[in-house]
Amino acid sequence: MKVEQISVFLENKPGVLEEVMKALKEANINIRTLSLADTSDFGILRLIVNDVTATSTILKARGFRVSRTTVVAVEVPDRPGGLHSILEALGGEAINIEYLYAFVEKSGENAVIIFRYDNPDRAIEVLQKKGFSVLSGEKLYSM
Amino acid sequence: MIYNEEFETLPREALEALQFKRLQQVVLRVYHTVGFYRKAFDDAGVKPEDVKSLADLKRLPFTTKQDLRDNYPFGMFAVPMSSVVRLHASSGTTGRATVVGYTKRDIEHWSELMARCFVAAGLTKNDIIHNAYGYGLFTGGLGAHYGAERLGASVIPISGGNTKRQIMILQDFGPTAICCTPSYALNLAEQGQAMGVDMRSLKLRVGVFGAEPWSDKMRNQIEDVLDIQAMNIYGLSEVMGPGVAMECTEGRQGMHIFEDHFLAEIINPLTGEVLPPGEEGELVFTTLTKEAFPLVRYRTRDVTRLIHDPCRCGRSHVRMDRVMGRSDDMLIIRGVNVFPSQIEAVLVGIDGLEPHYQLLVDREGTLDTLEVQVEVREEAFANADEVKVLQRTERRIVKDLKDYLGISAKVKLVEPKSLQRFEGKASRVIDKRKI
Repeated sequence: MKVEQISVFLENKPGVLEEVMKALKEANINIRTLSLADTSDFGILRLIVNDVTATSTILKARGFRVSRTTVVAVEVPDRPGGLHSILEALGGEAINIEYLYAFVEKSGENAVIIFRYDNPDRAIEVLQKKGFSVLSGEKLYSM
Repeated sequence: MIYNEEFETLPREALEALQFKRLQQVVLRVYHTVGFYRKAFDDAGVKPEDVKSLADLKRLPFTTKQDLRDNYPFGMFAVPMSSVVRLHASSGTTGRATVVGYTKRDIEHWSELMARCFVAAGLTKNDIIHNAYGYGLFTGGLGAHYGAERLGASVIPISGGNTKRQIMILQDFGPTAICCTPSYALNLAEQGQAMGVDMRSLKLRVGVFGAEPWSDKMRNQIEDVLDIQAMNIYGLSEVMGPGVAMECTEGRQGMHIFEDHFLAEIINPLTGEVLPPGEEGELVFTTLTKEAFPLVRYRTRDVTRLIHDPCRCGRSHVRMDRVMGRSDDMLIIRGVNVFPSQIEAVLVGIDGLEPHYQLLVDREGTLDTLEVQVEVREEAFANADEVKVLQRTERRIVKDLKDYLGISAKVKLVEPKSLQRFEGKASRVIDKRKI
């Protein structure tokens, strides 16, 4: 039930993000969601895309440092307390969140939260046991 | 293996006697044939007859790069042009070029010394040598070429540049040895890998690298990516070209200076005083056999030390350590002396970094600033999509630079292949200070 995410190392200089997006556009890659972490001189672009392998190949060929990391996508109803319910479920399990980002599904009913856990297997086990909808990669990529 | 066993293993006493005899001849000859030396000796109040032992060498005046420039192009030649069979010149990137000349006998000596180098690196006439040093005014290409032919090896005179073609020839001709600058060796390996070539499976087994300072760690890396034994060679066009000193496979620690042809001293670059054996300072050469372009106490600006311990290879010639840097390339960052090669040594000691880096020196107000830009390695990023991991690498570099070199630097991780690649000598310092 894990999801693959593409991470790209970007130098903090004008035009770099555009270059990545241009490559994806030319290869007809669609982005489900993304987040951009920045520091004073570099950033990390994280992407959930419809074709992980193609994206990785294309960006590597253009000389970008690309990594594929495992994240967990959890679906919750889009209403107050949605994210809290997940965090509450994991409370006391000693599972650490490295980062997260989210988007709202097209239907507008549910939100999907992308988590990077230090122990994804354990997180999935706990969440599923407590009745959360953990999305598979296939489902997420084709959303 | 030793190419010229008689001269390379000459006992110290006999070697010094030979050096002294040759030194007397050189001093006498330059005094009477080169106006510059006559004036310099007269100004210093010494006569050729004052050289009564090797210890009297220190009474003679130094010769500097500036002296060579002042006598551009042929003012330092000690023979008429009719005796000169070859001219070379330095790149002149930091000023006017310096021109050097060779007689037929000089070329013969040079070829022999380069052949000695190849043999010290473990090569024989059965080897095929891919010579990627530049051919032309630069001494590297032709110097190595003549040495390889003297040895009887097969030379591929590929020269520098055109990297894709070089990789094709490395695959198709199957050379067993390569000569180039260490940074170009890495450049070749990188481009070869990018072209999908397994650079470790080539027939190459030995690399003879020189013409720029490099570190032991860079050597390990080259040996790893090309699966070869990387050997260090030293030379400079003013003194002769490549082949002034060479590492041996037996010792692999320091390069034997061919003392039957060159006298080496280590001096304090600030005071000019000769330093005690083993101390680090500026290397100074006096040529003992050169006819067209003899040099007396030439200041190389290269900083190193001499190793007087006997070497297990059996050569009696003194060794010089890896060149730490150049006394004029030395960066002074807030009063701390540092060589780019030292920074490189710190960087290659940290996992996840490419040996491609650039140093930006600037001045903010009255303070010197140093920014180290270094490329992130593929494997390192593969398990580091978190900001904290990359920041940890940055902090580690900052800390190591501080701990090992005592300098405070700003560190910037940059994208792969974003820094300039060098096909000849790497120049990694951009000094924007306006002093």
